[in-house]
Amino acid sequence: MDIERIIRRRRRNDVLFALTGATITAAVLLVLGALAFTLVREGVSRLDLDFLRSYPSRRAERAGLLPAWVGSLLVMLVTGLTGIPLGIAAGVYLEEYTRKGWFASIIELNITNLAGVPSIVYGLMALGLFVYRFHLGPSVIAAGLTLALLVLPIVIVATRETLKSIPQNMREAAYALGATRWQVVRHHLLPYSAGGISTGVIIAMSRAIGETAPLIAIGAVAFVAFLPPVPYSADAFAVAREWAGSEQLSVVEAAVYPGVAWLGTSFTVVPIQMFNWISRPGDDFRANVAAAGIVLIVATIGLNAVAILIRHRMRRRIKW
Amino acid sequence: MVIGSPALMHAQPRDASADHRHGPDAPDAAMPAQASIKAQVKDFSFYYGQFQAVKNVSMTIREHKVTALIGPSGCGKTTLLRCFNRMHDLYPNTRYAGEIRLLPDGFNIVDRRVNPIEMRMRISMVFQKPNPFPKSIFENVAYGLRLRGVSSRSELAGRVEHALRGAALWEEVKDRLKKPGFDLSGGQQQRLCIARALAVDPEMILFDEPTSALDPIATAKIEELVHELKGRVTILIVTHNMQQAARVSDETAFMYLGELIEMDRTSKIFQNPSKQLTEQYITGHFG
Amino acid sequence: MSQDASNAAGRGSRLARADGSLGARGLLSVMIERGIEFGLLLAALASVAVTLGIVFVLVRESAPFFAHVSLGEFLFGTEWTPLFSDPKYGIGPLLSGTFVTTTIALCVAMPAGTIVAIWLSEYAPHRIREMVKPVLELISAVPTVVFGYFALTVVTPMLQSVLARINVDLPTFNMLGPGIVMGIMIVPYVSSLSEDAMRAVPMLLREGSYALGAGRLTTALRVVFPAALSGIGAAYTLAMSRAVGETMIVAIAAGQKPTLTANPLESAATVTAYIVQVAGGDVPHGSIGYQSIFAAGLALFVVTLGFNLVGAALRRRFRQAY
Repeated sequence: MDIERIIRRRRRNDVLFALTGATITAAVLLVLGALAFTLVREGVSRLDLDFLRSYPSRRAERAGLLPAWVGSLLVMLVTGLTGIPLGIAAGVYLEEYTRKGWFASIIELNITNLAGVPSIVYGLMALGLFVYRFHLGPSVIAAGLTLALLVLPIVIVATRETLKSIPQNMREAAYALGATRWQVVRHHLLPYSAGGISTGVIIAMSRAIGETAPLIAIGAVAFVAFLPPVPYSADAFAVAREWAGSEQLSVVEAAVYPGVAWLGTSFTVVPIQMFNWISRPGDDFRANVAAAGIVLIVATIGLNAVAILIRHRMRRRIKW
Repeated sequence: MVIGSPALMHAQPRDASADHRHGPDAPDAAMPAQASIKAQVKDFSFYYGQFQAVKNVSMTIREHKVTALIGPSGCGKTTLLRCFNRMHDLYPNTRYAGEIRLLPDGFNIVDRRVNPIEMRMRISMVFQKPNPFPKSIFENVAYGLRLRGVSSRSELAGRVEHALRGAALWEEVKDRLKKPGFDLSGGQQQRLCIARALAVDPEMILFDEPTSALDPIATAKIEELVHELKGRVTILIVTHNMQQAARVSDETAFMYLGELIEMDRTSKIFQNPSKQLTEQYITGHFG
Repeated sequence: MSQDASNAAGRGSRLARADGSLGARGLLSVMIERGIEFGLLLAALASVAVTLGIVFVLVRESAPFFAHVSLGEFLFGTEWTPLFSDPKYGIGPLLSGTFVTTTIALCVAMPAGTIVAIWLSEYAPHRIREMVKPVLELISAVPTVVFGYFALTVVTPMLQSVLARINVDLPTFNMLGPGIVMGIMIVPYVSSLSEDAMRAVPMLLREGSYALGAGRLTTALRVVFPAALSGIGAAYTLAMSRAVGETMIVAIAAGQKPTLTANPLESAATVTAYIVQVAGGDVPHGSIGYQSIFAAGLALFVVTLGFNLVGAALRRRFRQAY
C-alpha cells in the first residue's frame, strides 16, 4: 500500500479521536454545568436568609432549612471528632507499625473492600447496631458515628498514601538520633504529612455531608421543628432529667448529661430534607429542593476546592 | 522493628574497669598501642533473611581515630556500619550474630536485649544523601537535644551554636537559623546533618559515604571537617573513594564479599598491604 | 581514659543505668511507647470490626426472614411484595431493577470514561489535563441526592420530549434517566483509575511502538490500552460495584414499585431503593418488613463484595506488572 495514504489516514484517525475525546470530556463537564445552572435557576430566588432561618412547614414558601443545616453541622462534628482521629491512627499503625505479612494483607484487603461497600449497607449496620443494640435511637450521635465509619477507609487510605510518600531517609535520620517510633511519628511523619492527610480528611468530610441513604436507614426524620438543645440550656436539663429518670440529678449527671443532650436528640440533615421535599407529589417544593441543593453543593464543592488547593500548594512546596 | 521489644536489657557488661586497664586482646599486634579502644567487633555476622551479608568479622575501632571501611560495592561495608547503631532493626528479617562491644562499659551493641535507642543515643550517624528534616536549621540541630530532654532555650541555643561551629557551618548560617534546612546547598545540608549528629555529643559518629552526593569542593570541606573532628570523637567512615580513605583515615579495613580481608594503619594498607586481594583492589584491578 | 568514662556517664539523660537496666525514665518511656502502639492497633482493628459488624448485623437481622422464607423463593421468586397482606418474597424484581439501571449506567460510563482516560493520558496537553482532572473529580463530589433531583427534573423531561417525537411514552419515574445520570456520575471513577493505569505503563513501551512507525491512536489502542488492561478492568469492576450500590438517584427518579422487567422505559425499584423506601417509612422493629431490608442488604453486600474482591485482585495484578 501507498505509505502516504496510510499516513494520511492515520492523521485523520488521530484528529478524529482527539476531537471525540475532547467532545466527550466537554460533554461530561457540561453536565456539571447544566446541573449547577438548573439549581441556580430554580433555587436562587428561594435562597434567602429566611430560608436558612425557618423551620420546615407544610407550605413550601414558608418552609426553611434551619434544623437541617444545624443537624448537618452537628452530625459532621461527631463524624469529624471520631472518624478522623480513628482513621489517622489506623493509617499510622498500618503504615508504620505492621510488618508485611498475613495480618497486614488481610487488613489491607478489608479496607479496600470497605471503601466499596454501598453506603446504604453502612446504614443497615448502624440501624441494627447503634440504633437498636446500643439503644442510641435515631440520634445525632448514631448518625455521626455511622458516617464516621463510612469515611474511615477514605481517611485511612489518604493517611497511608501520604506517609508512604515521605522518604525513608527522614525516618532513618530521626531514628539515628535516638527517637522512638512514636517520636518519629509525632515529631516528623505527622507534621510532614499534615497537608496530604488534611486533603483526605476534607474530601472525606465532603462525602459525609452529602450522604443521604445511610441516615435514612437509621431513621432520620425529615420533619424536625426544633433544634437540638444548646448545652446546659433549660432544654438540655429537661433532656437530662428524662435520661436520669428523675427530677433530681446527681452531681455527675448534672455535669455531663446537659452538656451532651444534643447528641441524643433526633435530627435531620440537608440532603434528607431535600429528599423529603423532592418525594412530595406536585411541584410546590421544587424551588426548595434546588435552594437546598445549592447550599449542599456549595458546601461539598467548596470543601473539595479547598482540598485541591492544599494538594496543589503542597506539591509545589515539598521537594524531598 | 523492635522498639521496646528487647527494651529491658539484661546484657552482662564486662567489668568495665578491668576492660580498660588491660584492654581486650587486640587481633593485630601491629596496632599502635597508645590509642585506647572504643569498640571491639568479635566474630560478628549479619544476615538479611538467609543471606549472610557480613561474615565473621573481627576488628578493633580505636578511640578518637578515623577508621575507614573500604571495598567494592556489595561487600557489606555499609551493612556493617549500620549495625553499629542497630539501624537494621527498622527492617524485618534481619539478624545479628556475634558481638560489637562498645567500650569502656562493654555493652554488646547488637545484643537483642540491648535497647537500640540507647545505642543510637550514644552513636550518631551521617547518611549518604544529606537528609535534613523539613524544619528550620536551628530545629534540625536541636532535635537530638530535645529528644534527650534538653528544653531550656539558652542551653539549646548554646549547644546548637557549638555544634554548628563544630561542623564549620556557623558563619554561613548564623543569620538565618530560622530558615528551612532545605534551603541550603547540598554541601551545607550535609554539614548541617553533621552538626545535627555532633550536637548530642556522641561517643562515635558513623559516616555512610557522606560525600557521594556532593561536588568536589563540598567534598573537600567535609573531609577537612572529619579531620578536625577526630581527637574529639571516634569516627567510622564508609567510602568507596580510596583517595578519600587515604586522606582522612588513620586505619583502614578492606572488606570483600562480606568478609574482612585486612585491617591496618591506613598508610600500611595503601603502601604495603599484606593480602594480594587488598593490593588488587587498591591498585584498581577490580571494584 | 577515666576522664572519658565520667564524661560518657554525664552525657545528657541516658535511658539505661550503668548496669544495663533501664532507669525509671526509660521504663516510663517504654511503657508509653507500648501503650501508644496498642492504641493504634485498636484503631486499625476498628476497620476489621466494621466489616464484622456489617456481616453480623446483616446475617443476624435477616436470619428470621430466612427462617420464614426459603432461599429458593427468595432467589428465584418473581414477585416482591413483603408489605402486602399476601406477601411474596422473590427478590427477582428488585434485582432486575438494579441490573437494568446498572447496565445503563455502565453503557454510559465505561466507553465515556475510557475515552476520556485515553484522551487525558495520551492526547491532552499537560496544562489542560491538570485543569480538567480536578474538575472531573468534582463530579464525584456532588451529593447523589442532587443528581437524583437532576435526573427527575431535567434529564427525564428531556428524554420524554425526545422520545415523544418517535411516539414513545416515558413515565415520570423510569430507569433510563437515572441510569444515564448515574453513568455520568461514575465517569470520573472510570477515567481517573484508568488514566492512572495507562500513565503507569512505561514510556519505553510507547517508544517501542512509535519506533515501529505506529501512530498515536494505534499506540494508545494496541499498546497502552492492553498493557493497562488489568488496571482498567479494576476501574470497571469498581464502577460496577458503585452503580449497584448507588441509592439516592434511583430512589428519587426510578420509582418505588418492584417490577420484574428489562425495559428501561418502565418504572422499577432497585434493591437499594427498596431499602430506603422501607427504612424511611414506619416499619416496626422486628416485623417482616424490617427483616426484609436486611435480607435485601445482605444480597447487595454479597454482590458488591464480589465486585470489590475482583477489582482488588485486578489492581494488585496490575501493580505487580509495573
